[in-house]
Amino acid sequence: MPEETTSGKASGRLLVVVAALLLAAAGYAIFFIAPEERTMRAIQRIFYVHVTSAWTAAVAYLIVFVASIRYLVGRRQQSDALALSAAEVGLVFNTVVLVTGPIWAKPVWGIWWTWDARLTSTFVLWVMYVSYLLLRSLVEDPSRRAVLSAVYGIFAFLDVPLVYMSIRWWRTQHPQPVIGGGQGSGLDPTMRAVLFFTWLALLALMTVLIRQRFRLEMLRRECAEIRLRLDARREERKTSDGVPAGEMVR
Amino acid sequence: MKNFESLFAAYMVFWAVVFGYQFSIERQLSRAMEELRKLKAQLGGER
Repeated sequence: MPEETTSGKASGRLLVVVAALLLAAAGYAIFFIAPEERTMRAIQRIFYVHVTSAWTAAVAYLIVFVASIRYLVGRRQQSDALALSAAEVGLVFNTVVLVTGPIWAKPVWGIWWTWDARLTSTFVLWVMYVSYLLLRSLVEDPSRRAVLSAVYGIFAFLDVPLVYMSIRWWRTQHPQPVIGGGQGSGLDPTMRAVLFFTWLALLALMTVLIRQRFRLEMLRRECAEIRLRLDARREERKTSDGVPAGEMVR
Repeated sequence: MKNFESLFAAYMVFWAVVFGYQFSIERQLSRAMEELRKLKAQLGGER
Protein backbone atom coordinates (compact mmCIF):
# COMPACT_ATOMS: atom_id res chain seq x y z
CA MET A 1 0.00 0.00 0.00
CA PRO A 2 1.62 3.30 -1.03
CA GLU A 3 2.20 6.04 1.53
CA GLU A 4 0.62 9.45 0.97
CA THR A 5 2.63 11.42 -1.60
CA THR A 6 3.86 15.00 -1.08
CA SER A 7 1.27 16.30 -3.56
CA GLY A 8 -1.39 14.25 -1.76
CA LYS A 9 -0.41 15.85 1.56
CA ALA A 10 -0.43 19.33 -0.01
CA SER A 11 -3.87 18.84 -1.55
CA GLY A 12 -5.10 17.47 1.79
CA ARG A 13 -3.89 20.60 3.60
CA LEU A 14 -5.41 22.84 0.92
CA LEU A 15 -8.72 21.03 1.34
CA VAL A 16 -8.64 21.60 5.12
CA VAL A 17 -7.98 25.34 4.59
CA VAL A 18 -10.78 25.60 1.99
CA ALA A 19 -13.22 23.75 4.29
CA ALA A 20 -12.30 25.98 7.26
CA LEU A 21 -12.78 29.17 5.21
CA LEU A 22 -16.10 27.94 3.81
CA LEU A 23 -17.33 27.01 7.31
CA ALA A 24 -16.34 30.42 8.70
CA ALA A 25 -18.10 32.17 5.81
CA ALA A 26 -21.17 29.95 6.23
CA GLY A 27 -21.29 30.82 9.95
CA TYR A 28 -21.19 34.50 9.11
CA ALA A 29 -23.89 34.10 6.45
CA ILE A 30 -26.19 32.15 8.81
CA PHE A 31 -26.05 34.71 11.63
CA PHE A 32 -25.51 38.01 9.78
CA ILE A 33 -26.83 37.68 6.22
CA ALA A 34 -29.82 35.31 6.36
CA PRO A 35 -33.00 37.19 7.26
CA GLU A 36 -34.93 36.31 10.42
CA GLU A 37 -37.96 34.12 9.83
CA ARG A 38 -41.22 35.85 10.82
CA THR A 39 -42.88 33.28 13.07
CA MET A 40 -40.05 31.24 14.56
CA ARG A 41 -37.58 34.13 14.80
CA ALA A 42 -33.96 33.29 15.81
CA ILE A 43 -34.52 29.58 16.46
CA GLN A 44 -35.22 29.06 12.75
CA ARG A 45 -31.48 29.50 12.12
CA ILE A 46 -31.03 25.89 13.26
CA PHE A 47 -32.53 25.09 9.85
CA TYR A 48 -29.20 25.83 8.11
CA VAL A 49 -27.21 23.25 10.03
CA HIS A 50 -30.06 20.73 10.49
CA VAL A 51 -31.12 20.47 6.83
CA THR A 52 -27.61 20.62 5.35
CA SER A 53 -26.36 17.96 7.79
CA ALA A 54 -29.18 15.70 6.57
CA TRP A 55 -28.22 16.30 2.93
CA THR A 56 -24.54 15.74 3.71
CA ALA A 57 -25.32 12.47 5.49
CA ALA A 58 -27.30 11.38 2.41
CA VAL A 59 -24.30 12.14 0.17
CA ALA A 60 -22.00 10.17 2.50
CA TYR A 61 -24.40 7.21 2.41
CA LEU A 62 -24.51 7.48 -1.39
CA ILE A 63 -20.71 7.14 -1.34
CA VAL A 64 -21.10 3.99 0.81
CA PHE A 65 -23.60 2.64 -1.75
CA VAL A 66 -21.35 3.33 -4.78
CA ALA A 67 -18.17 2.11 -3.04
CA SER A 68 -19.97 -1.08 -1.95
CA ILE A 69 -21.03 -1.82 -5.54
CA ARG A 70 -17.49 -1.08 -6.71
CA TYR A 71 -16.12 -3.46 -4.09
CA LEU A 72 -18.40 -6.29 -5.19
CA VAL A 73 -17.43 -5.71 -8.82
CA GLY A 74 -13.68 -5.14 -8.49
CA ARG A 75 -12.84 -6.53 -5.00
CA ARG A 76 -10.49 -3.60 -4.39
CA GLN A 77 -9.56 -2.92 -0.75
CA GLN A 78 -9.76 0.84 -1.36
CA SER A 79 -13.46 0.60 -2.20
CA ASP A 80 -14.16 -1.26 1.05
CA ALA A 81 -12.10 1.27 3.05
CA LEU A 82 -13.93 4.15 1.37
CA ALA A 83 -17.33 2.60 2.16
CA LEU A 84 -16.38 2.25 5.82
CA SER A 85 -15.03 5.81 6.01
CA ALA A 86 -18.11 7.31 4.37
CA ALA A 87 -20.44 5.29 6.62
CA GLU A 88 -18.76 6.62 9.75
CA VAL A 89 -18.78 10.22 8.52
CA GLY A 90 -22.40 9.84 7.37
CA LEU A 91 -23.25 8.73 10.89
CA VAL A 92 -21.60 11.86 12.32
CA PHE A 93 -23.89 14.10 10.23
CA ASN A 94 -26.90 11.85 10.82
CA THR A 95 -26.29 12.22 14.57
CA VAL A 96 -26.21 16.01 14.20
CA VAL A 97 -29.62 15.83 12.45
CA LEU A 98 -31.12 13.65 15.18
CA VAL A 99 -29.89 15.94 17.97
CA THR A 100 -30.50 19.36 16.41
CA GLY A 101 -34.01 18.32 15.29
CA PRO A 102 -35.42 17.89 18.83
CA ILE A 103 -33.60 21.05 20.02
CA TRP A 104 -35.49 22.93 17.31
CA ALA A 105 -38.74 21.01 17.80
CA LYS A 106 -39.20 21.62 21.53
CA PRO A 107 -39.72 25.42 21.41
CA VAL A 108 -41.64 25.25 18.10
CA TRP A 109 -43.83 22.12 18.44
CA GLY A 110 -43.79 21.89 22.21
CA ILE A 111 -42.41 18.32 22.06
CA TRP A 112 -38.93 16.91 21.65
CA TRP A 113 -39.87 13.98 19.44
CA THR A 114 -42.76 12.28 17.67
CA TRP A 115 -42.78 9.02 15.77
CA ASP A 116 -43.91 10.47 12.44
CA ALA A 117 -42.68 9.09 9.10
CA ARG A 118 -39.79 11.55 8.64
CA LEU A 119 -38.40 11.33 12.15
CA THR A 120 -38.82 7.57 12.33
CA SER A 121 -37.23 6.89 8.94
CA THR A 122 -34.28 9.17 9.84
CA PHE A 123 -33.82 7.32 13.13
CA VAL A 124 -34.03 3.97 11.31
CA LEU A 125 -31.36 5.23 8.89
CA TRP A 126 -29.07 6.02 11.83
CA VAL A 127 -29.69 2.59 13.36
CA MET A 128 -28.96 0.92 10.01
CA TYR A 129 -25.53 2.51 9.69
CA VAL A 130 -24.70 1.85 13.35
CA SER A 131 -25.54 -1.79 12.54
CA TYR A 132 -23.28 -1.56 9.48
CA LEU A 133 -20.35 -0.63 11.74
CA LEU A 134 -21.33 -3.33 14.25
CA LEU A 135 -21.46 -5.91 11.48
CA ARG A 136 -17.95 -4.93 10.43
CA SER A 137 -16.65 -5.34 13.96
CA LEU A 138 -18.25 -8.78 14.34
CA VAL A 139 -16.85 -10.50 11.23
CA GLU A 140 -13.18 -11.39 11.64
CA ASP A 141 -12.23 -12.62 8.18
CA PRO A 142 -11.40 -9.45 6.15
CA SER A 143 -12.69 -10.59 2.76
CA ARG A 144 -15.89 -12.05 4.23
CA ARG A 145 -16.36 -8.83 6.24
CA ALA A 146 -15.89 -6.71 3.10
CA VAL A 147 -18.41 -8.75 1.06
CA LEU A 148 -21.06 -8.85 3.81
CA SER A 149 -20.76 -5.16 4.57
CA ALA A 150 -20.85 -4.25 0.86
CA VAL A 151 -24.13 -6.15 0.47
CA TYR A 152 -25.47 -4.53 3.64
CA GLY A 153 -24.22 -1.08 2.51
CA ILE A 154 -26.25 -1.40 -0.70
CA PHE A 155 -29.33 -2.57 1.19
CA ALA A 156 -29.08 0.16 3.86
CA PHE A 157 -29.08 2.91 1.24
CA LEU A 158 -32.67 2.01 0.32
CA ASP A 159 -33.80 3.97 3.37
CA VAL A 160 -32.32 7.25 2.03
CA PRO A 161 -34.97 7.82 -0.72
CA LEU A 162 -37.59 6.73 1.81
CA VAL A 163 -36.47 9.48 4.21
CA TYR A 164 -36.57 12.00 1.36
CA MET A 165 -40.05 10.98 0.20
CA SER A 166 -41.54 10.49 3.69
CA ILE A 167 -42.79 14.10 3.96
CA ARG A 168 -44.22 13.88 0.45
CA TRP A 169 -45.98 10.52 0.86
CA TRP A 170 -47.29 10.85 4.41
CA ARG A 171 -48.80 13.58 6.56
CA THR A 172 -46.16 14.37 9.16
CA GLN A 173 -45.51 16.62 12.13
CA HIS A 174 -42.23 17.48 10.39
CA PRO A 175 -42.70 20.46 8.01
CA GLN A 176 -43.41 19.85 4.34
CA PRO A 177 -40.49 20.38 1.93
CA VAL A 178 -39.45 23.98 1.25
CA ILE A 179 -37.19 22.98 -1.63
CA GLY A 180 -38.60 20.90 -4.47
CA GLY A 181 -41.89 20.76 -2.62
CA GLY A 182 -44.14 21.87 -5.45
CA GLN A 183 -46.87 24.52 -5.37
CA GLY A 184 -47.14 26.66 -2.26
CA SER A 185 -43.69 25.80 -1.02
CA GLY A 186 -40.60 27.93 -1.30
CA LEU A 187 -37.86 29.79 0.46
CA ASP A 188 -36.70 33.38 0.58
CA PRO A 189 -33.92 33.78 -2.06
CA THR A 190 -31.33 34.93 0.54
CA MET A 191 -32.25 32.05 2.86
CA ARG A 192 -31.95 29.68 -0.09
CA ALA A 193 -28.50 31.02 -1.04
CA VAL A 194 -27.28 30.74 2.58
CA LEU A 195 -28.66 27.21 2.80
CA PHE A 196 -26.83 26.04 -0.33
CA PHE A 197 -23.64 27.83 0.68
CA THR A 198 -23.74 26.10 4.08
CA TRP A 199 -24.24 22.78 2.32
CA LEU A 200 -21.17 23.45 0.18
CA ALA A 201 -19.17 24.11 3.38
CA LEU A 202 -20.44 20.87 4.96
CA LEU A 203 -19.60 18.92 1.80
CA ALA A 204 -16.03 20.24 2.04
CA LEU A 205 -15.95 19.24 5.72
CA MET A 206 -17.32 15.80 4.85
CA THR A 207 -14.57 15.35 2.23
CA VAL A 208 -11.88 16.26 4.78
CA LEU A 209 -13.28 13.81 7.33
CA ILE A 210 -13.71 10.94 4.84
CA ARG A 211 -10.19 11.52 3.53
CA GLN A 212 -8.72 11.33 7.04
CA ARG A 213 -10.74 8.27 8.00
CA PHE A 214 -9.76 6.58 4.74
CA ARG A 215 -6.09 7.27 5.45
CA LEU A 216 -6.47 5.79 8.93
CA GLU A 217 -8.12 2.66 7.52
CA MET A 218 -5.39 2.16 4.92
CA LEU A 219 -2.69 2.59 7.59
CA ARG A 220 -4.42 -0.01 9.78
CA ARG A 221 -4.57 -2.43 6.87
CA GLU A 222 -0.90 -1.88 6.14
CA CYS A 223 -0.11 -2.64 9.81
CA ALA A 224 -2.21 -5.82 9.65
CA GLU A 225 -0.43 -6.88 6.49
CA ILE A 226 3.03 -6.37 8.03
CA ARG A 227 1.95 -8.22 11.19
CA LEU A 228 0.90 -11.18 9.03
CA ARG A 229 4.23 -11.12 7.20
CA LEU A 230 6.12 -10.99 10.50
CA ASP A 231 4.10 -13.91 11.90
CA ALA A 232 4.66 -15.93 8.73
CA ARG A 233 8.38 -15.25 8.85
CA ARG A 234 8.61 -16.32 12.51
CA GLU A 235 6.69 -19.51 11.76
CA GLU A 236 9.03 -20.19 8.86
CA ARG A 237 12.09 -19.68 11.06
CA LYS A 238 10.74 -21.95 13.79
CA THR A 239 9.97 -24.68 11.26
CA SER A 240 13.41 -24.42 9.70
CA ASP A 241 14.97 -24.67 13.20
CA GLY A 242 13.36 -28.09 13.44
CA VAL A 243 10.67 -27.32 15.99
CA PRO A 244 7.08 -28.08 14.90
CA ALA A 245 5.31 -24.81 14.19
CA GLY A 246 2.24 -25.70 16.28
CA GLU A 247 4.32 -26.24 19.42
CA MET A 248 6.11 -22.93 19.08
CA VAL A 249 2.88 -21.04 18.71
CA ARG A 250 1.81 -22.34 22.11
CA MET B 1 -33.13 37.01 21.64
CA LYS B 2 -35.93 34.48 22.15
CA ASN B 3 -34.85 30.82 22.28
CA PHE B 4 -31.22 31.83 22.07
CA GLU B 5 -30.26 28.93 24.36
CA SER B 6 -31.72 26.38 21.94
CA LEU B 7 -30.01 28.01 18.96
CA PHE B 8 -26.71 28.08 20.85
CA ALA B 9 -27.15 24.45 21.96
CA ALA B 10 -27.83 23.24 18.40
CA TYR B 11 -24.67 24.83 17.02
CA MET B 12 -22.64 23.64 20.01
CA VAL B 13 -23.87 20.09 19.38
CA PHE B 14 -22.81 20.37 15.75
CA TRP B 15 -19.29 21.52 16.61
CA ALA B 16 -18.94 19.08 19.52
CA VAL B 17 -19.88 16.09 17.34
CA VAL B 18 -17.68 17.17 14.42
CA PHE B 19 -14.66 18.16 16.53
CA GLY B 20 -15.05 15.11 18.76
CA TYR B 21 -14.95 12.85 15.73
CA GLN B 22 -12.08 14.76 14.12
CA PHE B 23 -10.08 14.65 17.38
CA SER B 24 -10.63 10.90 17.75
CA ILE B 25 -9.52 10.26 14.14
CA GLU B 26 -6.39 12.40 14.63
CA ARG B 27 -5.45 10.44 17.78
CA GLN B 28 -6.03 7.10 16.08
CA LEU B 29 -4.04 8.28 13.05
CA SER B 30 -0.99 9.18 15.12
CA ARG B 31 -1.24 5.85 16.97
CA ALA B 32 -1.49 3.93 13.69
CA MET B 33 1.48 5.82 12.22
CA GLU B 34 3.56 5.03 15.30
CA GLU B 35 2.58 1.36 15.11
CA LEU B 36 3.41 1.24 11.41
CA ARG B 37 6.82 2.78 12.09
CA LYS B 38 7.56 0.13 14.76
CA LEU B 39 6.32 -2.73 12.57
CA LYS B 40 8.43 -1.54 9.64
CA ALA B 41 11.46 -1.37 11.92
CA GLN B 42 10.74 -4.92 13.11
CA LEU B 43 10.33 -6.11 9.55
CA GLY B 44 13.65 -4.54 8.60
CA GLY B 45 15.40 -5.81 11.75
CA GLU B 46 14.31 -9.41 11.32
CA ARG B 47 15.68 -9.69 7.80
